[in-house]
Amino acid sequence: MIEFDAVTKRYPDGTVAVDSVDLHVPSGKITVLVGPSGCGKTTSLRMINRMVEPTGGRILIDGTDTNTSDPATLRRGIGYVIQHAGLFPHRTVVDNVATVPILLGWRRKKARQRAMELLELVGLPPELSDRYPSQLSGGQQQRVGVARALGADPPIMLMDEPFSAVDPVVRESLQDEFLRLQQDLGKTIVFVTHDIDEAIKLGDQVAVFQAGGHLAQVATPPDLLADPADDFVAGFVGKDRGYRALSFTPADGLPLEKEPTVEVGADAEVARRTSVEGWVLVLDDARRPQGWLDVSRLTGEDEVTPTVLHRGGTVASATGSLRGALDAALSSPTGRGVIVDDIGALLGTVRPAQVLVQIENAAAEAEARH
Amino acid sequence: MIGEFLQWFTDPVHWTGQDGIPNRLLEHLGYSVLALVIAAAIGIALGLYVGHTGKGTFMVAGFANALRALPSLGLLFLVTLVLLDALPNTLGQFLPALLVLVILAVPPILTSTYAGVQNVDPAARDAAYGMGMTGREVLVKVEAPCALPLVFSGLRSAMLQIVSTATLAAWVGLGGLGRLLQDGQSVQDYPQMLAGAVLVALLALVMEALLAGVQRFSVPRGLTGRGARRARATTASEVTKPTFSTEPEDEPVAAR
Amino acid sequence: MDWLEVVVLFLQHLWLSVVPLLLGLAVAIPLGWLARRYRRLYAPMLGVTGLAYTIPSLALFVALPVILGTQILSPVNVVVALTIYTLALLVRTVADGLGAVPDDVRQAALAMGYRPLPRFLRVELPVAVPVIGAGLRVAAVSNVSLVTVSALLGVPQLGALFVDGLNRAYLAPLITGIVLCVVLALLLDGLILLGTRALTPWQRERGAT
Repeated sequence: MIEFDAVTKRYPDGTVAVDSVDLHVPSGKITVLVGPSGCGKTTSLRMINRMVEPTGGRILIDGTDTNTSDPATLRRGIGYVIQHAGLFPHRTVVDNVATVPILLGWRRKKARQRAMELLELVGLPPELSDRYPSQLSGGQQQRVGVARALGADPPIMLMDEPFSAVDPVVRESLQDEFLRLQQDLGKTIVFVTHDIDEAIKLGDQVAVFQAGGHLAQVATPPDLLADPADDFVAGFVGKDRGYRALSFTPADGLPLEKEPTVEVGADAEVARRTSVEGWVLVLDDARRPQGWLDVSRLTGEDEVTPTVLHRGGTVASATGSLRGALDAALSSPTGRGVIVDDIGALLGTVRPAQVLVQIENAAAEAEARH
Repeated sequence: MIGEFLQWFTDPVHWTGQDGIPNRLLEHLGYSVLALVIAAAIGIALGLYVGHTGKGTFMVAGFANALRALPSLGLLFLVTLVLLDALPNTLGQFLPALLVLVILAVPPILTSTYAGVQNVDPAARDAAYGMGMTGREVLVKVEAPCALPLVFSGLRSAMLQIVSTATLAAWVGLGGLGRLLQDGQSVQDYPQMLAGAVLVALLALVMEALLAGVQRFSVPRGLTGRGARRARATTASEVTKPTFSTEPEDEPVAAR
Repeated sequence: MDWLEVVVLFLQHLWLSVVPLLLGLAVAIPLGWLARRYRRLYAPMLGVTGLAYTIPSLALFVALPVILGTQILSPVNVVVALTIYTLALLVRTVADGLGAVPDDVRQAALAMGYRPLPRFLRVELPVAVPVIGAGLRVAAVSNVSLVTVSALLGVPQLGALFVDGLNRAYLAPLITGIVLCVVLALLLDGLILLGTRALTPWQRERGAT
């Protein structure tokens, strides 16, 4: 557990980077510090391991004032991941990961062994261990950065925009893996980002910072979306927060309709007969949806091929959120949103109106619980 | 020792005539400036040409490196010995040394000028072509001014090289301040040698300061980068990355 | 020409070129570190070393005995003068090389709990090796050429062959001297290049995926 007790950072020129922040970071949870640039979120993060010294207040880790410990020793017990990974270019991947254990006095062999385990943990193949950082992709470097921070199995991890320098697709997969990893590891994580969507996706608790180092609101992501504390938070959280809040409402219980389907390779005539309102859903042999087929486009073909399929619609998981279900319904060319199970096989379809009914029901239930 | 040195220095005998300090100083200065002007004409012209056209780039690098490994003293003696018989007496004392000074001074000017043109922000060059400048106009109005800081750093290293080597040229009969050293050595007159050494060092420092001053006045203010961030790893120079403080279509205004 | 004598001159030349190189590097590393650590020192430090660099070599060889109390013929003058030149070149190189260490690498080392000296020796200095190596090559080649000048004062090394050639108006020793100087310069240059490569396997492997 990390506690900020009226923590202030004021620079000699009078600039206040962090203004009397009180914050409680619970153990084993992800706390995201989010805000526009220059709001003091990174400074706050760096004060935890004394990369920046506070000018007022104190920071307690499990009840101990960080000011009383030696900075280098303190840092060795706290994992730190930064934006561009900050890997040491002159050391191989495995030696990068083994850095902190060796600093802690482990024998080299044991440290490397530990490093290899960590590389596996973050999903890097062992053959990459002898490479140098410059030979890795951005996403791989970031994984090494995470593995290196986990080196001495620190209970606390500080992460400063760790995923913002990679492209959006890689970022999303890194985020998903990060959440999976955290489920197993249960670290106390402080995560800095300027991206409110990332904050909402990853945080158990989100702390919104405002220019001048002022802490505007601390809340769980659903509460933040549902009830922003002031105009600044409301504006920062964004205009479509009502829609985004649906991310936290489970999609289970949606009334699904049975959808007539054909498989890839089916006879064109069969597809025509099966279609409803001119469209038919095409599956592969594992009943995974491949796309909608506009049967009027079946002119020359004898059978259904993947090339003629419409691919605009999104697919939602029944165990996902109402946001996904609504998006599937809205993006489908037929107005029938495709819902699948955990392994991606078709369960049925749902129309936008039905999702809206479910949203209203969920809201009423929440109201009743209050 | 210091006393003898001061005594030598203040002795009026050493301030007049052909062997006097003023004459030796003027000789040294004359050869140095002449060599610098010739080397600058060759080096800047070639550097701008290579930098602008991109032709002969590999030659610039090879040429500069090869000449750096050549010992200037050896080169001076070799050229003198080879040309001595081929030239009439007066020219024979003067031309080989001048030739060597120019040979040694061209590479730093050439490579710096070339690097200066190469370092011009490609966006500025593109913008210049984009608003309809011809190749010659781009060279004169954009590339050459932007290259100025590096050209000057080339001129300064060339000047150091020339003043230093011109001292050695006393041993092949060129005159100049090196004569004080050479004459002093031949008669074991250390105070005289020390006087020569101090004068040569002073001359080098003054020339360096002079060129630094000219550079300050002639390089467009937008390029001096005072207060701007330092460039990463520029070649052999204290020059900052060229940044425009004005719109690209304005020609950079000279400082003060 | 006595070949044994030439070999001795070559070795003397080697010694006079390399010792200042090592001394200069040894002093330039802490000075370069200081110039980075305390930014205010950067400009004055480069100014002073730059000023020293401005002084022509022959003048420095002649002036040093007054300061050091050595004989004018003493090789110590040459070693000290060339150490000053090497230092002037390398202080900037070391400072700039350390400055080119990516900030995220520096930050990461700090965050992982490196104390200042190990951080410098195990992270920042190794990462700066390519830049420092490049500067060292320039200094080595320049030293080989500058050493020859001391032949005018009678310090024995390959430059003595130039003086001999000029005095006897005889090309053979002159050309031998020049060739051996170039060979020595290229030799040192190549050795430093190899050393730099050996210390930076991570540079060679770059992009070799």
